Amino acid sequence: MSFEGLPKGSGDKKRSFLESIYLWEVLRGLGVTAGHLVRNILHTDDMPTMQYPEEKRVYGGRFRGRHRLMKREDGSPKCVACQMCSTYCPADCITIVGGEHPDPKIEKYPVSFEIDLLRCVYCGLCEEACPCDAIRLDTGIYEIAADSREKFVVDKDFLLTNDTDGTF
Amino acid sequence: MTIVFDTLAKIGFFFVLIMGLVVVLIWMERKGAAFIQDRTGPNRASIGGVRLAGLVHPVADVFKLLFKEDVAPANRHAALYNLAPWLVMTVAMSTYAVIPFGDYLTVAGRRVPLVAADLSVGLLYVLAIASLATYGVVMAGWASNNKFTFLGGIRATSQMISYEISMGLALMGLVLVFSSLRLTDIVAGQGDLIWGFLPKWGVVVQPLGFILFIVAVFAETNRNPFDLPEGESEIVAGFHLEYSSMKFALFFMAEYAHMVIGASLIATFYFGGYQIPWLPRPLIEANAGLILTLKLIGVALISMMIAMLFFRRAQKEKGKFGDARDREPVLGAGLWVLVAGGALAGLVLKPWTIGPVGADMVASLLQVMAFVAKVVFFAWLFIWVRWTLPRFRYDQLMHLGWKVWLPLGLANLVVTALVMAIV
Repeated sequence: MSFEGLPKGSGDKKRSFLESIYLWEVLRGLGVTAGHLVRNILHTDDMPTMQYPEEKRVYGGRFRGRHRLMKREDGSPKCVACQMCSTYCPADCITIVGGEHPDPKIEKYPVSFEIDLLRCVYCGLCEEACPCDAIRLDTGIYEIAADSREKFVVDKDFLLTNDTDGTF
Repeated sequence: MTIVFDTLAKIGFFFVLIMGLVVVLIWMERKGAAFIQDRTGPNRASIGGVRLAGLVHPVADVFKLLFKEDVAPANRHAALYNLAPWLVMTVAMSTYAVIPFGDYLTVAGRRVPLVAADLSVGLLYVLAIASLATYGVVMAGWASNNKFTFLGGIRATSQMISYEISMGLALMGLVLVFSSLRLTDIVAGQGDLIWGFLPKWGVVVQPLGFILFIVAVFAETNRNPFDLPEGESEIVAGFHLEYSSMKFALFFMAEYAHMVIGASLIATFYFGGYQIPWLPRPLIEANAGLILTLKLIGVALISMMIAMLFFRRAQKEKGKFGDARDREPVLGAGLWVLVAGGALAGLVLKPWTIGPVGADMVASLLQVMAFVAKVVFFAWLFIWVRWTLPRFRYDQLMHLGWKVWLPLGLANLVVTALVMAIV
């Protein structure tokens, strides 16, 4: 088979007789696949496939999963509704409504704090921007699923109870 | 009356064989492909925790396809559209009428040849039916009223016509050697030995013919590397693109039925059919007791080994899943221990005495098993090749068919004819 129209050297390699009759190469290929087959039947446990719901991949400590809001000692959110994170957010997924805090030492608190998990790109810029360590992406949760778009918009209460499971 | 009953029984045997093999082949395809590509393959569907290494998946697939909505294009040619899948399936199954799966079986003093229809022109029947298979594909492609299915149908036609010629030429060499068109004669002829030690199999007397034939069969069954009528990278899914639900399932099953038939033809024409090398039928019948004993010992040993493997798994994977699936290795071990126990009990008790009838049954059973083993091996070869080779380009396919395979087939025929004339 010639390869007219192609630039020189891009497939017009001289084939040896064995290669040109093709059959020997077919047998060699069958040998390669048979090797894989036998090896995988004998060593089923060494297969790289992960049995997902039973086994889960272990990620490093710097993995950015679902967000959580940090709490003060009394359990109220650390967030002071400064809007730094929502301003910095490249995906524009954070919506904060601030309100005046009864404690004069704390100027503001978030009346509502919503994150649209479908818009979030998990870049972690919100936790970089936060001046009082109020938001983190360290839960390690990456299984984010819901049956409607609305359920992906998570509110303050959800984010406050959205604690780490101790693996990070 | 008896002949009707015999024929029905033989058709039933083939129906069960093909349908059973179709399920097993789908499993072999998925699991084999997975293992070849370093994946685990299907392992989820289970009946009460027993997954049979994925063998439950084809069953689940059947239920899924039965209950799926049957979506059909609005501008189809309704009659042809509905007929095509049935035609493909029927044609695939009808080749089996002439394939001998054993020598004969003595039932109530009658010698029943183990072939549904022993035609004197069996080989021509095989070729004729093989070309009919094209019609189903072309009808499906045309009636769907879709340019991709149409292209698939056209490809199927030209490919099958091209390779039928070399298939026929390859078989003509075989006809010259065994001087008969009757398939039972061809298989019986392959029971002889050349120079006293080499089985006179088609592959030994017609090595080039075998290569020509096996490639032609791959092209006829539309399997990789010649599955251009499907060509999903170019024409979506080819001829069965517009079919869904059970109609698609029929095409899918027909593909595997064709594989079984292709494998049976390869086994029948070139690997001695039901013949076991160096073990002709009189020899089996004379030593039926010994062979049965050896067989039972073999069954006992192998099933004990499998039971051991299951025991090892049961210990290693104790509570691995935390549900019904944990029972599986225990059940498997139990089953194989039962099989081994049955074989051992048979060895010890010997509840039968082997008379001429028993010897006949042992011989027939052994031959049918040899045939099925060959068919399964060649069906596996189809799968093995599919996951090894890339698809041919269309011009390469035609180049191979007309410019290489046709001259080679003619040369093979001429050389065979010369040799037969001289010898």
